[in-house]
Amino acid sequence: MTSVLDATPLTNSLTAGKLPRRSSLWILLASWAVSAAFFAMLFLSGNVDGFNIVGTVVFGTVLYCVAIYVLSRLVEGSRKAKDRLMTALVTAAFVIALLPLVSIVYTTVVNGLPAFLTPTFFTSSQRNVVGAGGGVLHAIIGTLMVTGMATLISVPIGLLASIYLVEYGRGRLARAITFFVDVMTGIPSIVAGLFAFALFALLFDDPGIRFGFGGSIALSVLMIPVVVRSSEEMLKLVPNELREAAFALGVPKWLTILKVVLPTSIAGIVTGVMLSIARVIGETAPLLIIAGFTSSMNYDLFGERMMTLPVFVYTQYANQGADSQAFIDRAWAGALTLIVIVMVLNGLARLIAHWFSPKLGR
Amino acid sequence: MTTVAATTIKARQRPGDRIFSSATLIAGSLILAVLAAVAIFLLVESLPAFVADPAEFSGDTTNFWSYVGPLIFGTIYAAILALIMAVPVAIGIALFISHFAPRRLAQGLGYLIDLLAAVPSVVFGLWGIGVLAPLVQPFYTNLVDWFGWFAPFAGPVSGTGRTIFTVAIVLAVMILPIITAICREIFLQTPLLHEEAALALGATRWEMIRMAVLPFGLPGIISASMLGLGRALGETMAVAMVLSPSREVIFQLLTSQNSNTIASNIALNFPEANGVGVNILLATGLMLFVVTLIVNMLARAIINSRKAFSGAN
Repeated sequence: MTSVLDATPLTNSLTAGKLPRRSSLWILLASWAVSAAFFAMLFLSGNVDGFNIVGTVVFGTVLYCVAIYVLSRLVEGSRKAKDRLMTALVTAAFVIALLPLVSIVYTTVVNGLPAFLTPTFFTSSQRNVVGAGGGVLHAIIGTLMVTGMATLISVPIGLLASIYLVEYGRGRLARAITFFVDVMTGIPSIVAGLFAFALFALLFDDPGIRFGFGGSIALSVLMIPVVVRSSEEMLKLVPNELREAAFALGVPKWLTILKVVLPTSIAGIVTGVMLSIARVIGETAPLLIIAGFTSSMNYDLFGERMMTLPVFVYTQYANQGADSQAFIDRAWAGALTLIVIVMVLNGLARLIAHWFSPKLGR
Repeated sequence: MTTVAATTIKARQRPGDRIFSSATLIAGSLILAVLAAVAIFLLVESLPAFVADPAEFSGDTTNFWSYVGPLIFGTIYAAILALIMAVPVAIGIALFISHFAPRRLAQGLGYLIDLLAAVPSVVFGLWGIGVLAPLVQPFYTNLVDWFGWFAPFAGPVSGTGRTIFTVAIVLAVMILPIITAICREIFLQTPLLHEEAALALGATRWEMIRMAVLPFGLPGIISASMLGLGRALGETMAVAMVLSPSREVIFQLLTSQNSNTIASNIALNFPEANGVGVNILLATGLMLFVVTLIVNMLARAIINSRKAFSGAN
């Protein structure tokens, strides 16, 4: 605090009436120091057990907001003080949003690693396992098959629909499709699961139907709008000059789209598809409804219940057996596997977008 | 329907063209058909619930509407609480990324927030019950002790922290990324001349934001909030795992008795449901679909009308 006060006698008239440079940083550090001292005293007095780091940072940050406002108001006036206060608050909002992200990743890694590292985790199913041990192979196979089938359904439909919107669609139908694609992105995932269930329960007249392909249909309902939106954005980025050049050479429109427009935008489209896979691979509710859960392997999408990774995490947590810690450990390990898959998909998608994006202009 | 595409193509019609354009048209129309199918199949399968025998409903409810009423209340209550927490923070984050952070870092920071959207909802559920609930429970005890006279904070306090308030915090974290993403886009579209004019007149950065950015972005903020509301209404697993539910309308935020939400009620009861019970759950799903559809359509309509006259595109 003294460094701030020492600097106040100002000589340069241009900087008169301003807090010195970097003063906000020093005030922040000073506030944290004061609050750390307060909590250290509380700790040493023996009233609380353990030094409260979270309390130190939170209390110190609040103290900083007050201190910067008061100091700035004294030196720079009320308008500048308000500006500094809002800067502090806006930055704090950003940091607050990062806390859950850090906390989630940290707890998942710490709680998930013990079961994640057991040798059987990726090589066996849960069949006949009552206590610790067993693995998620059945869930991983199920997730890959269900999500893979959903991708096979959604990508052609989504891509063709986005081509229609960009290259062919004019008038009311195109406007309606654009609008309802946006609306569809907001359909709750559980409603998609209920739809798939209602559809197949009526088709096969089986009120207790559970099978993997139904899960693929439910995921497709969630995935198609995402694929359409991202592909549409990418197709729109293709410069019109390329299309006009192809037309001028006498290339038919459909060949222009296949040979000129799609290759130009393929990196962006692949990125969008991967992001949409990352979005649906973690969906639990629709698969709980229509794909059900089991502890055995099932390689058949069209028959019997099929386990998937998110549902595995949920059922391990929800239906704990006698050795509940083993179930909770497996739930966290499943969550860790899921997070790793999603993060890898996200990272790959960004890298593809970065490496292969067409170099437009200059 | 093919005439729509045919009239717009002026070039000579080749078979390849015709096949390709009708394929894209079919794919486009299929999307509308799917949306209609979702509504129709849900409606058909939920019809038995509306005329179900009173004995089919669990608890002391005797017809569908008294069964779904508390669920609708719980759904909206939790979503609105989440929205109240998420919107100010999201606006702050969006402003930070668009106007405060260094330009080089801004995109990376945006990705960081988007990562939050990539975390699967079961993981949020595990985190909510394993980390957040024990963390906030002592605060709840204090709140009930000090502010118990204020109706929403009335006791008895939940011993586990699995209350609707915890659920709202988890939901708020989950809807932060979408609200932030849209607000950020809108804030970046603010005409640069408006911002520079404000700065040139001597406004501080916050005054510039209040005079130029926020008024321009207000419709965007409103529709982003409504999209976030739609997400929060439909969120299932996090609620199903964290909440300790009951079947009544309960305003208290911190007790162990909380109104359940539609989605979580379906997820909890569907695996064991049979007979008309399945139809009842499907009917509650239909209610959820209708509510979210209305919210989303309103939000999209606001965004689209804004696009027309913003001049930014």
